[in-house]
Amino acid sequence: MRKALFSFGLLLGLWQLASSLGIINELRFASPLAILRGIIEIEEIGLPPDYYLHTHIYYSMKLVASGFGLALISAIPLGVLIGASSKVRAFLRPVLEFLRPIPPLAWIPIAMLWFGIGFPSACFIIFLGAFFPILLDTAHGVENVPKGLVDSAKILGAKPKELWLKVYLPASLPSIVTGLRLGMGIAWMTLVAAEFTGVQDGYGLGYMIMTARDLQRLDLICAGMAVIGIIGILLERLLQLISHFLLRGQE
Amino acid sequence: MAKDLTLEQIHKCYATDSGKRIIIDDISLHVPKGSFVTILGSNGSGKSTLMRLITGQEEPTSGSILLDGQNIPRLGHVGLVSQELNLFPWRTALENVAFGLEMQDIPSQERLKLAKVYLEAFGLGAFLNQYPSQLSGGMRQKVAISRTLVTAPDIILMDEPFSALDFQTRTGLQCFLLQLWAKLKETIVFVTHEVEEAVFLSDFIVVISTIPAKIKKIIPVSIPRPRSRNSPDFAKVKAEVFTVYGATSCLGNQELKEALDFLQRHKAKNV
Ligand SMILES: Nc1ncnc2c1ncn2[C@@H]1O[C@H](COP(=O)(O)OP(=O)(O)O)[C@@H](O)[C@H]1O
Ligand SMILES: [Mg+2]
Repeated sequence: MRKALFSFGLLLGLWQLASSLGIINELRFASPLAILRGIIEIEEIGLPPDYYLHTHIYYSMKLVASGFGLALISAIPLGVLIGASSKVRAFLRPVLEFLRPIPPLAWIPIAMLWFGIGFPSACFIIFLGAFFPILLDTAHGVENVPKGLVDSAKILGAKPKELWLKVYLPASLPSIVTGLRLGMGIAWMTLVAAEFTGVQDGYGLGYMIMTARDLQRLDLICAGMAVIGIIGILLERLLQLISHFLLRGQE
Repeated sequence: MAKDLTLEQIHKCYATDSGKRIIIDDISLHVPKGSFVTILGSNGSGKSTLMRLITGQEEPTSGSILLDGQNIPRLGHVGLVSQELNLFPWRTALENVAFGLEMQDIPSQERLKLAKVYLEAFGLGAFLNQYPSQLSGGMRQKVAISRTLVTAPDIILMDEPFSALDFQTRTGLQCFLLQLWAKLKETIVFVTHEVEEAVFLSDFIVVISTIPAKIKKIIPVSIPRPRSRNSPDFAKVKAEVFTVYGATSCLGNQELKEALDFLQRHKAKNV
């Protein structure tokens, strides 16, 4: 952790130096200081004015949380079903194999056709991005619960309900959590593009970057990218902490 | 609570690609309440299959399995400790031991207290909150045994529980198991492929043939406990078991001799 901070700090320093010396053209890519100033400007003045950074962040988070949440509550039960039943698996596999390789962004036109411009469209794109990793890892986890564990639970008197809650669920949790982390990563990555489909109320980090582009403010574009990167790292760390907690003893 | 076990003309076949395969062919056996019986058979002879029938995971193709003379549900009433242990990796030692009690709807406080008593008696008092991955092989074995014992099953089955352990740990656990059994008076059916282990542990040894499993001979062991592996009595019983169980070893020697001869000829040619 300390090493990571050190290398990151060193890189920032060198980058700033290169920008100050004119090695990196400030018109092509903003310097760290310019980015920091940009972030402060968006928070204090707003982009466009009165549209502050924390509201953009809140809006984007709400969007990702909605898309991801929908994916979670639909993909986990469906994944359990696919993992548990070889019949369902055989039936759904061809459809899934066909749908999975289609990138979420390729759905944008159809999403706009179905849902119009705005929150529902963007939410749908993020949902698609998160859905498949969660679904596939859940199915994989449930399918691969060691038979020996199920048997020993039965021998100790577990009934079907207890088998599900106390064996299948905890045993497939590592795989489900992996799916959730992957899904969250993809959800966050599709966010910007999803917001490029347009958002009606003028909020969102992706929308904010588009505004910066319209204003030809390179520093603010880079500031938006930096904010997205930082939040992405924080989300990943948060999920990592949660998964460590959930997977005690299983790693 | 301990019960006696009766197997009446047990048959088991599986349908395979190449047709019906008989794994167990007419096994009848009575295991008195509180006795320690060993089933001795080589690998792949159908011992684990027989255990799955007794636990109730599977039903015999024909024949019946009775506890105290009655055909009653066995899942949840017959305990099994197997070589793979199958401890739940997401549960601590204490929570693993409490699992069976949880299935019996015993309140959380009480089941944890009971589980703790067992683990402490097994010398694992300092490891209650460790996960299986943090314990040594011998300790895990003890956790698995306590997880089964704590539920007070009618019959305790042990399917080669010590096979994967080194000699020291194994003999230590054998003594430990006998002390435990002397106190608890449980009915134990112990499966092994090792003659010495069988002679050391059991009241009587049921020698079964290779697949399909049939009873070859039932050999009582009347040596008083604690038994010494070096005593003449021990050697005598061992020899008796070997005459029934070890009959195939000559064939192995013949094959070995042929292989060595071949190597020798091969070497001679190359010189
Ligand atoms: N479900 C099954 N279907 C077909 N054959 C089986 C099945 N279960 C076990 N067998 C066969 O039964 C034989 C005995 O296996 P097992 O009972 O595990 O022997 P042991 O425990 O004595 O080593 C093996 O040859 C195995 O392939
Ligand atoms: Mg076996």
